[in-house]
Amino acid sequence: MNCTDLLSHLSDYFDEKLSPKLLEEIRTHTAGCQHCRVVLNTTEQTIHVYKGKEIYEVSDELRERLHTAIMTKCFASKRKS
Amino acid sequence: MRFSHLLTMPAIQSPATEEIHPDVALVARAKAGDTAAFEQLVRQYERQIFRVAQHITQNREDAEDITQDAFLKAYEKLDQFQGNSKFSTWLVRIAVNESLMRLRKRKTSKTVSMDEDVKTEEGSIPRDFAEWRPNPEQQYNQAELADILRKTIQGLPPGFRSVFTLRDVENLSTEETAEALGLSVPAVKSRLLRARLQLRERLSRYFRKKQEGQPA
Repeated sequence: MNCTDLLSHLSDYFDEKLSPKLLEEIRTHTAGCQHCRVVLNTTEQTIHVYKGKEIYEVSDELRERLHTAIMTKCFASKRKS
Repeated sequence: MRFSHLLTMPAIQSPATEEIHPDVALVARAKAGDTAAFEQLVRQYERQIFRVAQHITQNREDAEDITQDAFLKAYEKLDQFQGNSKFSTWLVRIAVNESLMRLRKRKTSKTVSMDEDVKTEEGSIPRDFAEWRPNPEQQYNQAELADILRKTIQGLPPGFRSVFTLRDVENLSTEETAEALGLSVPAVKSRLLRARLQLRERLSRYFRKKQEGQPA
């Protein structure tokens, strides 16, 4: 496996969809390639740091306002039909 | 080290047992005219739909409008929902389409389609090979980190941003992401890889291990 091959398997690696053979090839490659080891580690951290993060705050006030507006529109639509 | 699961990950995962999603009953009741059931669905997904719309449009007012329009459309077209996918995936797809339409209408936006912006390989080839130390959560407080993550994802083209948001922020599966975006599974995988690599590269500016003598 070379560096380009490793990149092409990265998403399947993070999604845990690689065969044991490919996993072993990645392990062997990263053991001897500092650049790929860093790319693998920091991409994993990229996914981790975003996962489930609410980087756009939805305050209770905004949520209530949205909820009221949604239900008002839906009820108005129901009355029309 | 983060490679421990290379050796321990099971080769074959046991098939998932088929469970009936709780939304199925709520959707059936809503279809029969039970507005309380529909309201419960709204409560469950309004935050998620707002976040998805905000991620794609990068505009709070647009995201508010899109959230309202997406639920209204879902309510009006509930009879057309066949239940072949999850209700939430169907809803996300409506919100994504509304968001992309909003982007197209925006005169200032250079990007008008999900495809135009993903043809370039720019930014997808790793160039920064510094480790991130200490880890981002140790380097920045929560508010600073959220600000960095927001700024960084804003820089991604919408075609990548949408895939990354659904798959890695909102935790949809690859298949659900494909369905919500109207893309093939291979297209989602390809865009996801490039989005992850571009974000990694951009985040490295903030998180890379500082050289000695370099200001933090």
